[in-house]
Amino acid sequence: MKYMNDTVVMKRMKSRLTYNKIWKTIFLLATLLALLTLVVLLVRIVSQGTGYLNMDFFNNFGSRFPEKAGIKAALIGSVYLMLIIAPVSMILGVGTAVYLEEYAKKNKFTSFIKMNISNLAGVPSIVFGLLGLTIFVRMLMLGKSLLAAGFTMSLLILPVIIVASQEAIRAVPKEQREASYGMGATKWQTITRVVLPAAIPGILTGSILALSRAVGETAPLVVLGIPVILQFLPDGLLSQFTALPMQIYDWAKRPQEEFQFVASAGIIVLMIFLVIMNSIAIFIRNKFQKRY
Amino acid sequence: MWGPNHLVGSSRIFSRILKGVCTMASHGLGKEQSIQQLIAKSRNKKGKKIIEKVMPIILVITALISVLTTIGIVFTLIFETFEFFQRVSITDYLFGKEWLPFSGSEPLYGVLPLILGTLKVSVIAACVAVPLGIAAAIYLSEYATDKTRRTIKPILEVLAGVPTIVYGFFALTFVTPILQELMPSLKIFNALSPGIVVGIMILPMIASLSEDAMSSVPNSIREGALALGATKLEVSLKVVLPAALSGIIASVVLAVSRAIGETMIVSLAGGATPTFDFNVTGSIQTMTAYIVQVSSGDAGYGTTIYYSIYAVGFTLFIFTLIMNLLAQYISKRFREEY
Amino acid sequence: MKKWKYLTMTAALGTSLMLGACGSDTETDEATNGSEATETAESGDAQLTGTVSGDGSSTVAPITEGLVEEYAGTQPDVQVSVGVSGTGGGFEKFIAGETDFSNASRPIKEEEAAELEKAGIDYTEFQVAFDGLTVVVNPENDWAADLTVDQLKKLWIEDGSAKKWSDIDPSWPAEEIVFYSPGTDSGTYDYFDEVILEGADLVKAATLSEDDNVLVQGVAGDKNAIGFFGYAYYLENKDKLTAVTVDGVAPTNETIESGEYSPLSRPLFVYAKNTALQDNEAFYDFMKYTLENAGDMAEAVGYVKLPEEKYEEGLQALEGLK
Repeated sequence: MKYMNDTVVMKRMKSRLTYNKIWKTIFLLATLLALLTLVVLLVRIVSQGTGYLNMDFFNNFGSRFPEKAGIKAALIGSVYLMLIIAPVSMILGVGTAVYLEEYAKKNKFTSFIKMNISNLAGVPSIVFGLLGLTIFVRMLMLGKSLLAAGFTMSLLILPVIIVASQEAIRAVPKEQREASYGMGATKWQTITRVVLPAAIPGILTGSILALSRAVGETAPLVVLGIPVILQFLPDGLLSQFTALPMQIYDWAKRPQEEFQFVASAGIIVLMIFLVIMNSIAIFIRNKFQKRY
Repeated sequence: MWGPNHLVGSSRIFSRILKGVCTMASHGLGKEQSIQQLIAKSRNKKGKKIIEKVMPIILVITALISVLTTIGIVFTLIFETFEFFQRVSITDYLFGKEWLPFSGSEPLYGVLPLILGTLKVSVIAACVAVPLGIAAAIYLSEYATDKTRRTIKPILEVLAGVPTIVYGFFALTFVTPILQELMPSLKIFNALSPGIVVGIMILPMIASLSEDAMSSVPNSIREGALALGATKLEVSLKVVLPAALSGIIASVVLAVSRAIGETMIVSLAGGATPTFDFNVTGSIQTMTAYIVQVSSGDAGYGTTIYYSIYAVGFTLFIFTLIMNLLAQYISKRFREEY
Repeated sequence: MKKWKYLTMTAALGTSLMLGACGSDTETDEATNGSEATETAESGDAQLTGTVSGDGSSTVAPITEGLVEEYAGTQPDVQVSVGVSGTGGGFEKFIAGETDFSNASRPIKEEEAAELEKAGIDYTEFQVAFDGLTVVVNPENDWAADLTVDQLKKLWIEDGSAKKWSDIDPSWPAEEIVFYSPGTDSGTYDYFDEVILEGADLVKAATLSEDDNVLVQGVAGDKNAIGFFGYAYYLENKDKLTAVTVDGVAPTNETIESGEYSPLSRPLFVYAKNTALQDNEAFYDFMKYTLENAGDMAEAVGYVKLPEEKYEEGLQALEGLK
């Protein structure tokens, strides 16, 4: 007995395969379109800024002379800022995600926390600036320091890390966990030795996206009162500092045309900084990525 | 010569020595122990027990930080918002169609134009980012080779890190002129340009996170579908996509939330004219752009304008809340778990 | 795989250590340079240490930046940091007691002064420079190169109609005017509002922008455009724009300084906390340096210096506070 009509199947097969090819091209085009935009952006920035990229640029502080204006204070400030933001936000973020996925019971309280986090993702960065100003700068008396800014920005990017980590942890197949318990491991051991390593790619993706945002955000820093005019390097957690995006924005607003080029040079530095940061994380991610 | 290999080598040696010492110690203590005994021993170690008990508590505390943040935000905003509503009635605010706070003669505080501005930009951004993002994610996850994926995905993520001011100037100086060639009626400040650029900015979020979600769908499911004779397209759209839906929706919600809360791009390229209409070719103002405008400007401390920042901020907060509730509802209806 | 983990961790540690070392190295370098400089400097220049913190208008910021830059050469151990949260934002922090001085592109408002009194903060107002608000038109606009104050009022005040150039003067072309203005919350607008609009509403059709460079582009690109912004932005783009002469007076350094270019010359201020001047030696020194050099610095960045007497007045007021 024949259940399938071969000719009909053959006919239909062709169209399905063609569909496959067409859509594959469409998907590829979509990806390439995104990449193209990036290329256009980069070309514009690089063409404007490379002229001003020299050793002086890296060694000087800001100046009213475009030739003398340098990015040292802003670059070091941003580096220190990221050195605070990265651990704080990742520990808080992954910790929250682990709690929500592994330990929390499915009750109203948990839903409330999850709702909270999603909501925080949409709060404009400026409001976080206001929050940081009220709580970290004033209430906790941290002043407009690295620490206050670090905490504020960590809170800003926390939701992305939490959500991404949650999804990553949730995606670890149950079998893996069961196998671990079957071997006699405790819950915490299972989490640290089985679940988290498997979830690292997703966690790192979220972290990359989040930290990239933190590097380029200006608005909250402005509200916190982070200075743009600064001729010294930060010397401690409570020290004042300035950051790359603020310096770039300040330069871009100047009337002198040369400052537009200086701003472009600053953007190039920022992008390189970003790429280095991302590369480290991507390296780690690639090593852990597996398909089950 | 004294490279990382050397470091690694020495740490390996060190750990081996340590292991050796431990085994010798246990040997010295008694006979070799069976695995079960080892596990039982390890389970009973005091340190482990404490960790098992303590970790959940520590983790709850970290989870509570997010709650504290929300409380902090509400706390920061609420007093000033209250102040604002002492001066402007809630009905005027919520239903007024004109936002003219700087008018010397008759300041009007109807927030609808600002909300419309935000909506225009966010909807355009979503229309750009969601299809492109998911399409890119499908390509990277299902069709691309491992090598291609490892190269393209990081590059896409760089898009997410471009500072928003750069995007703002990009929108104003590159995208707007191009759009003006296509649509001569487009003004220099409009909603289309920042909308598209915000879409490009959030695209990596959707693409990357969705790709992660799709990658974590177990291969066995894919193979099962392929074994039944499905083409790759059908596997992607009918099997993988639904399985990864919760992750995809989560990424879309995150991305659209970010679009709603975006400040710099819209304030640079969107202009500063709140209007109550559905026109995307002219200057608009979003809630976020207004907050930036006033807080970085010279508004006097203590004036109604100053308090309006907080009121608008609070409105935005509620707005995202509603959007999230909506998304959660949709997500619950369509989720599948494996 | 373990190899890479160690590599990454070592790299991260190493980079941070290196940067930390770099940071302190440069500071020690500067300190040694600084002390070397003192030995060759004139006598009476004691090396001060301390921190000075300020915030406020982004219009005044370029002047402050130049001053801080030069001051760091003479007093490298004094850490001066200045933010740009805007005149209002600056006052907010000034009222909260967080800053020693506040830059302002408009005089302090009554509500702000009241808040300062409530907070118990005594302050002194110092004028540091003039800015000449320049009204500009497109170079191809040869009919409106000179405007009276009344014509400016007619142009810029909202009266419910779509304006054409011919509405102001029938001999002008019957083309719709395209208006460009700084954001309604900026000090520039505030001042324009005070002297031209006098509280009335700005013409609704105006394109507003926070970024004055955008205004420049807008006016330079449209024959029928008219806009206004700070003098510095006009100076930098002289070739693309025509400055309107107001009542026959063109905005130049001389006319702005002498006050002849009126009413669009506006003073720029620095408000200093009295107690900080008395207790913080570094701040006192910095304010002195500011008043002594603001004139030259203003000219250097595109503003206009005040008449010499004004700076003398400021220095005397400063002396009196010690």
